Amino acid sequence: MERTEYNLIIIGGGPAGLAAAVAAYDAGERSILILERETRLGGILNQCIHNGFGLHTFQEELTGPEYAQRFIDKVLERGIEYKLDTMVMSIGQGEDGSKEVMAVNEADGLLLLKARALILAMGCRERSRGALNIPGFRPAGIFSAGTAQRLVNIEGYLPGRRVVILGSGDIGLIMARRMTLEGAKVLVCAELMPYSGGLKRNIVQCLDDFGIPLKLSHTVVRIEGKERVEGVVIAQVGPDRKPIPGTEEHYDCDTLLLSVGLLPENELTIGLGAEISRITNGPVVNESLETSVPGVFAAGNVLHVHDLVDYVSEEAHLAGERAAEYITACKDAMCAPPEKEKQIPVAFSGGIRYTVPCTIDPDKIGDWLKIRFRVGDVMTQRKVVLCLDSEPVLVKKRRVMAPGEMEELVLTRKVLAAHPDLSSIEIRIEEDKA
Amino acid sequence: MNTVNLTCIGCPLGCQIEVLMDDDKNIRLITGNTCPRGEKYARKEVTAPTRIVTSSVRVYGSRQGERMVSLKTASDIPKEKIMDVIRDLRGVSVPCPVRIGDVLLHNIAGTGVDMIATKDVD
Repeated sequence: MERTEYNLIIIGGGPAGLAAAVAAYDAGERSILILERETRLGGILNQCIHNGFGLHTFQEELTGPEYAQRFIDKVLERGIEYKLDTMVMSIGQGEDGSKEVMAVNEADGLLLLKARALILAMGCRERSRGALNIPGFRPAGIFSAGTAQRLVNIEGYLPGRRVVILGSGDIGLIMARRMTLEGAKVLVCAELMPYSGGLKRNIVQCLDDFGIPLKLSHTVVRIEGKERVEGVVIAQVGPDRKPIPGTEEHYDCDTLLLSVGLLPENELTIGLGAEISRITNGPVVNESLETSVPGVFAAGNVLHVHDLVDYVSEEAHLAGERAAEYITACKDAMCAPPEKEKQIPVAFSGGIRYTVPCTIDPDKIGDWLKIRFRVGDVMTQRKVVLCLDSEPVLVKKRRVMAPGEMEELVLTRKVLAAHPDLSSIEIRIEEDKA
Repeated sequence: MNTVNLTCIGCPLGCQIEVLMDDDKNIRLITGNTCPRGEKYARKEVTAPTRIVTSSVRVYGSRQGERMVSLKTASDIPKEKIMDVIRDLRGVSVPCPVRIGDVLLHNIAGTGVDMIATKDVD
């Protein structure tokens, strides 16, 4: 009889799921199962064959598959169980407080699994053409950048020869270079915003190196062709992001790649009934990365979209440790006894869009806690101020902040210790006049 | 004299750096950077820019049904050699199994640098 009860089930075997599994194991948990819908562990890293991963974690520049393998090896060394080709259909809660997972795969058929705790590590997916409202037919030749990346790097197909890219997210930039190296001509990269959402390094090494123009404040207004893309018309946009008549430019091309944002993949989380942030589209979590459903934790791109995998691994490590602690607190029951919570919301202002975590119980912070956030616009000469009970306890100067680069503040136990009856936590961005 | 325009990759500020060079390719003036890292970056970029090149080639005999294996230059190569490296990879097909770090091609495009696998494929 196939085993159906585990202490911890991790949904997703990408960088977040792998790091969470390793951390939970190292915290003493031995009953762990990872469920992965692809045919191998590693998640999206398997198709990210460019280098630049792991500078923070391993102090070297690895490619995506190499970074993934470091964590896969850790999972294998520990003998952590995993199932591949397994799609989770729904998650829920049993009457005894257990977490129920319904999954399917070819070997087992329908799987009904039970766990004391879950870690959500499903990652994210790309925003599609449908979300953009570009008028026109639906010819072949329109791909998300990530789909093109998979076709080139995993399947070994070149999806087109003359390419226009809409959006300057990192995957779009990486694919501009990749398609060029594989023999395609990348004509232009158009970005709706007046700044790129991609890393500077990628703009230089993926566009500038190959003479590919980046047109800021531009968007696609028309896609030509009925069966296959035959051309794309891009136009400049005004401050209202609406196309300016008379600025249209036509490009003869057979392919349009879209790199227009990533969305956390939370259908399962919503089905579970966990509270979702309208800003991140990920679950609302506390300092332990626990969602509004006790015993269900989240980490990585399912929680909020990251720029660097190193931070995903770090975040997932915390989720793994906290899930292991939760399971210990369960004792013989299927869930931990409810506790008196002292959750303080993290307030923010001055251009911050969101923070992770959203709430903090000061008694549950280890030696330190990283608060991660993003700003909504490019800002220069600022300082980030952390206030506990309205008293500034930490000031971090930032010469520049951009929506494309995640920011962080470290709240230490030492700083917290000076505020034993804490009732408010606030992060503000202020102008730095000095 | 000629001017080279660069975008610094050191931080999100992305300073626009101008490097003034004389006809013997000596650096005469670096402006536009706002920190020493920018100057260091500009110096390297105009004198000897290098890159790691990553790509993928076909594999055959994979038990997992994999079609491609990813690979990279074992170290930086001169930037102007990127397309030569890519040309040498055309039509290459390697047998399974492949392990991360396996040398798949020696001395790619005469750079003295090997191409090594970046993925395990069985």
